[in-house]
Amino acid sequence: MWEAIAANRRRSLLLITLMGLILLTFGACLGIFAAVQLGGGQETVSSNVILTGGTFGTLAALLIWVALWLTAVFQGDRILLRAAGAREMSALDDGRLGNVVDEMTIAAQLPRKPRVYLVEDPSPNAFAVGRKPENAAVAVTSGLLRLLNRDELQGVVAHEIAHIHNLDVRFMTMASVLVAGVELMSRGVLRGLVHGGGGRRTGGSRKGGGLPLLVIVVVFAILAPVAVRLLYLACSRWREYLADACAARFTRYPDGLASALEKISVDTSSLRPEKTAGALAPLYIINPLEKLSLAGLFATHPPTQNRIMILRGMGGRAGYVDYEAALRKVEGQKLRLTALEAAARADESVEARGPSAEPEPREKSIERAQKVNDLLDRFANYLILPCACGIRIKVPPNLERDEISCSRCDRVHVIPHAKRVQEAIAGVAVLGQALAGAKAVEAKAAALRYERREEGWEAFRCECGQTIQLGPGFPLDYTVCVACNRRIELKAGREKNDPEVVVNPSS
Amino acid sequence: MATLLLAAVVFGGVLLVIVIWFVSMYNDLVALRNMVKNAWAQIDVQLKRRHDLIPNLVETVKGYATHEKETLENVTRARAAAVSAEGVGAQSQAEQTLSGALGRLMLVVEAYPDLKANQNFLALQEELTSTENKVGFARQAYNDSVMRFNTKIQTVPANIVAGAFNFTAEEFFEVQEEAVREAPKVSFS
Repeated sequence: MWEAIAANRRRSLLLITLMGLILLTFGACLGIFAAVQLGGGQETVSSNVILTGGTFGTLAALLIWVALWLTAVFQGDRILLRAAGAREMSALDDGRLGNVVDEMTIAAQLPRKPRVYLVEDPSPNAFAVGRKPENAAVAVTSGLLRLLNRDELQGVVAHEIAHIHNLDVRFMTMASVLVAGVELMSRGVLRGLVHGGGGRRTGGSRKGGGLPLLVIVVVFAILAPVAVRLLYLACSRWREYLADACAARFTRYPDGLASALEKISVDTSSLRPEKTAGALAPLYIINPLEKLSLAGLFATHPPTQNRIMILRGMGGRAGYVDYEAALRKVEGQKLRLTALEAAARADESVEARGPSAEPEPREKSIERAQKVNDLLDRFANYLILPCACGIRIKVPPNLERDEISCSRCDRVHVIPHAKRVQEAIAGVAVLGQALAGAKAVEAKAAALRYERREEGWEAFRCECGQTIQLGPGFPLDYTVCVACNRRIELKAGREKNDPEVVVNPSS
Repeated sequence: MATLLLAAVVFGGVLLVIVIWFVSMYNDLVALRNMVKNAWAQIDVQLKRRHDLIPNLVETVKGYATHEKETLENVTRARAAAVSAEGVGAQSQAEQTLSGALGRLMLVVEAYPDLKANQNFLALQEELTSTENKVGFARQAYNDSVMRFNTKIQTVPANIVAGAFNFTAEEFFEVQEEAVREAPKVSFS
């Protein structure tokens, strides 16, 4: 454990130094460039100018760094908690959460129990803030409390406590300050060049020494933020793994966290990336912006799937050694976690405990099983029609009927096909052709068309028989059938709050 | 003369480094030993908490489960024995008995749906579960820190300092039976 923290600290120091060097070099470059520009752009640049410019630039960068860092240190926790809309829990609120935090504080041997905050948010998530273990806080969303049972909540809280215990928050604050500083400077430079560069060049007096420097500055302005960000993200990811390992060790029950991660990742429908500030993302237990990240390289968290596989693959053990072995199985030898290795060396394999005595309520487990089933059916192209009597009718993709009756209440449901909508439109098109005589080509181009009836989930059949499902927030006005590759125009149904929209199928 | 001075400086430097190393090693050991002591104190705190919870629990259950006098008396007696127990061996024995009695009480409670719907009882139940967990985690933390301390004082180079200042290996909190270490399997549903 202490070995892990020590290794963590060494590596963090190295990374911080590297990032700081990038920031300062960037500042120096900028200073020299500015000095040369201001100096009148002589053919020969005296070393004096370079020296003063470089010093000033470095000092300016250092100043930005210190200023940002001080803000983060004195205001960081509060800003983060406020940005997330968290309020502190009192002893009366939820005994279970407070108790679980207590338990993990004991297991991790933290000097003090962290403050507990609640975020009113239906999406399940949690994060930790605070640079010192003596003065840290754990925030949990109300959605998480509703979704998880005691063991799972314990796993999540243990993960957050591990972040506090490993001093991750301190490091991530420092690192994110550096990222912000570099990005600030590069944005300033690029904007300055775009707006101010043209006018200066037409002046004709700037030439010679300025150009190569300009190239260096521009290259720096483009590459430095990327480099710093990559460094930052890489360590953010291995810190997640280490926190998972600690959570398993603290709770002696890796399945708790694994199960929590599964539940949370199934529940991603309620994740709202637009509501989460980008800076908060690495703090959460599951990245709320995961859908937006381009590739693994730019992810703050390791893929949740891998994390679950590792935790599930610990084979009834809960030590660092066991986590490391499972990690190697999933990630291969390529990933090296110095801190974890150090922890594993000093540790023995420990046995995991069984689940605690609180089983999942029956209704909840049924609901969860149903969700998983729905997901599978959707992949198998089944169409799900919810009937008013509460039954969910599953229509197989090859059923050649237009209507189906409910097996419980005999209500007749129309199976939505894209075909019939298309026929109706074709009819209108023929009418339009007779009237105008010219729009036939266009009507044929829009061969398939589907009018959305509601705003929620809905499904329809393409002409080729493929079932197509649309989500509540489907943004496009067309979709492409995966089976026959045809384009299907979508038309929004009448919205409740906007009755004036008149649907005109021929337009 | 100059050579002698140089030798003295080098010797002094090496000595200084050794002393600093010795001091930091000693401080590390003291810190580790204090962690062990803290962890032990934490177990005590949690056991006390459990003792404090039991009278409340017994009172609440009494109001509903009128036919379970004997079970309740067993719990009360086991608690009294645990509170007055002296020494690690006797204490862990008494706690074990208490855990058993509590486990039986919780089984009996299953037969009283009114009691299980009582908010006060539910809160107590959560407190009890949590306290049992805390006892378990405190014990786990204690054993972890004992292991760390013992490994440290038995391995080179810290064993030199440990030997010189009489740091001796601490004992693990071993539990005779599964029942105590696992913190009784109380079914709460």
